[in-house]
Amino acid sequence: MAVTPADSAVPALPADPAGLTAQDAPRRAAGSQPPAGGGPAGPAPVAARSRSGRYLRLLPYLLVAPAVVFELLVHVGPMLLGVWISFVSLTQLTLRNWTTAPFVGLQNYRNGLDPSSSIGSEFFATLGRTTVFTVLVVAIAWAIGMLAAVLLNSSFRGRAFFRTFFLVPFALPAFVGILGWKFIFAQEDGALNRLLVDDLGVLDTRPFWLLGDNSFLVVVVVAAWRLWPFAFLMLLAALQNIPGEVYEAASLDGASLWKQFTSLTLPLVRPANAVVILVMGLWTFNEFNAPFVLFGAQPPEPALLLSNLIYSNSFVNFNFGLGAATSVLLLLALLGASVFYVRLAMPKGGAQDA
Amino acid sequence: MRYRTTSAVTATALLLVGSLTACGGSDEAEASGGTLTYWATNMAPTPADDEAVLTPELEKFTEETGIEVELEVVPWDSLYNRILTAVSSGEGPDVLNIGNTWSASLQATGSFLPLEGEALEAIGGAEKFVPTALAATGSEDAPRTAVPLYGQSYGLFYNKAMFAEAGVPEPTDGWTWQQFLDAATALTRDENGDGTPDQYGFAMTGGSVANSAHAAFILGRQEGGALFDESGAPTFESEEQVAAVTRWVELMTSGVTLPGSAEYTGDAEADNDLAEGRVAMVMQQSGSRNALNALGFTEYGVAQVPVPEGGTPTQTMVAGINISVFNESDQQEEALQLVEFLTSDEQQVTLNKAYTTLPVVEAAYDDPAFNDEISGTFATILAEHAEPMPQLPAEGQMETLVGGAVVDLISRAATGQPVTDADVREALAGAQEEMEAAS
Repeated sequence: MAVTPADSAVPALPADPAGLTAQDAPRRAAGSQPPAGGGPAGPAPVAARSRSGRYLRLLPYLLVAPAVVFELLVHVGPMLLGVWISFVSLTQLTLRNWTTAPFVGLQNYRNGLDPSSSIGSEFFATLGRTTVFTVLVVAIAWAIGMLAAVLLNSSFRGRAFFRTFFLVPFALPAFVGILGWKFIFAQEDGALNRLLVDDLGVLDTRPFWLLGDNSFLVVVVVAAWRLWPFAFLMLLAALQNIPGEVYEAASLDGASLWKQFTSLTLPLVRPANAVVILVMGLWTFNEFNAPFVLFGAQPPEPALLLSNLIYSNSFVNFNFGLGAATSVLLLLALLGASVFYVRLAMPKGGAQDA
Repeated sequence: MRYRTTSAVTATALLLVGSLTACGGSDEAEASGGTLTYWATNMAPTPADDEAVLTPELEKFTEETGIEVELEVVPWDSLYNRILTAVSSGEGPDVLNIGNTWSASLQATGSFLPLEGEALEAIGGAEKFVPTALAATGSEDAPRTAVPLYGQSYGLFYNKAMFAEAGVPEPTDGWTWQQFLDAATALTRDENGDGTPDQYGFAMTGGSVANSAHAAFILGRQEGGALFDESGAPTFESEEQVAAVTRWVELMTSGVTLPGSAEYTGDAEADNDLAEGRVAMVMQQSGSRNALNALGFTEYGVAQVPVPEGGTPTQTMVAGINISVFNESDQQEEALQLVEFLTSDEQQVTLNKAYTTLPVVEAAYDDPAFNDEISGTFATILAEHAEPMPQLPAEGQMETLVGGAVVDLISRAATGQPVTDADVREALAGAQEEMEAAS
């Protein structure tokens, strides 16, 4: 929209009749243009015009006011509250009068970030573990989702069935699906150990999947299992926008299927890919359900992710200040990573919207 | 055009007003009119079973007093969070159950009605309660804000058939820890000759943070240790505590404990193993009788918890559920009537029978339901060999930190990693450091 000095003071509401009115009014009042026509041509009383002008100027604000109020209530308020909590010592003893909790400045951050302390070393270990976890889960989920999307992009009998079937992990309530995995991984009676030890005889002794370092693998498997249908769904939609002629031309030129995939499919779904990976990365970095349902409020260390650490600091150890400080750090880290990623990988099309 | 603008403004205003009234509306709906809200914790196998037990009793209360009670059974794992939310918002139930180990923490919030003077008289006075149960209702330095409701203690459950088959004499009261270990070793047997035992002497709830903290407390007291010194400072890494936790972890490393039980986060799995004859002994609270009955398993006995020779004969913490009145309740008088009713002799018999827990009032023990052998054992343990967990505001935090450390050590032992004295000391020192950092 071209912005002229005359209407720059007025917030514009495009494609809205009231918005057009709002633009017209000051122009007419300034007298820089003849009346734009429409309506009776006679001059309206000046007082009435300026009063309606004031209304008109207020109108856009009034229209967005409910949204702003709720945005403040639901998003910004709690966020600022969280930032404030990170600067006070809020425990179960100060919880009742939480507005008067003692201000401790940066103490929570100092406790949380000191690598030589037990709390700090746990935070940094968890941060590193969560990063590795995110990379693994997003890579696995993307690869499976992409494979499934490519396979289902061609038409064959039963395609509709598979499309629905593949969405099951995504549609299943998180607790139900993850509890199912817990039974599978149980050491004594779990299906996995039955298969590996009793049926196939690959292993002699029953390994523990839910204890020790293996618990990390379990969380990765469960999280990837829950996530891949999302990648599948988004990438399938992107693939369906590629016209079939492109592939016909490629096969006429003698391009192999792999060549078609790397030279055609991947570049063409790149914009979708960028969004899918960003969203999956953010979700996965914030993963809470898998460790919580598998292991409860205090997961074993190899399966402890950042969100679970925050939960355990806040609600298990009742150190809400420390939990809030960790949350603020998590928010900043994700914000930084997202901005970096958006600049690096996202399509540059809507530059002025950024 | 004017008309359109006016109506847009009106619509916006209406939206705003509407949303504001929507925000305010819920408060009015919550204001209670002569109805008490009661949060009961989950004591029976499922919350629905709890409702089946409590609803007819609460109807009796309504008949007697004309006070309606709205019952909500809150699952154990969300109860503390719900209570904390109620504390911070001032919106909560009138009467509620609390785990008795939380008493001191919740007492310190100042959100519960002090039960002394007239309020204590209204519920029948302190004299009617069993003294050990009353000892686990919070710090003595501040007014009491809870009274006991259901009593529990640990006991050693054993599968009679497995002892008979192995030719091992059944546990007796006064068993030493060594006798317990010897029996557990004799009962760990490879029946089908495949090289790995298919029945074990013992199963623990190795993944349960709370139960692991209880073990650290009980075994620690047996060694003469304590989790806090007299000034209330944590002493998790004292020699006695290290020895206690090492002794507990050795149950796993010595091979007499079902390795898979390191994963168990609840009592149900270990109860099941006992009933199925997979393990010969478990250390559980009296409420497990309910679970064993539900499994149709009756061939079990209960003995006192073994104590090392020359050790302090502490066998259990004073376990159980307390009951409190919320300070913000605008019907405190009615709330106290409900507490009086639930701690009356008659209700104590009915409810504790249903939950296989122990009455917290002396008079209820005259009922024949609590005079069989197993109830007698539990009652003796609770009356003579029980100590309350530390009654400090930081108790809850201690449970999660020490319990968490023990869970981690057990899992290392179960996965075949060596766990030495030094490892135990390091884990407990880590817990202590976190405890100090948080306070």
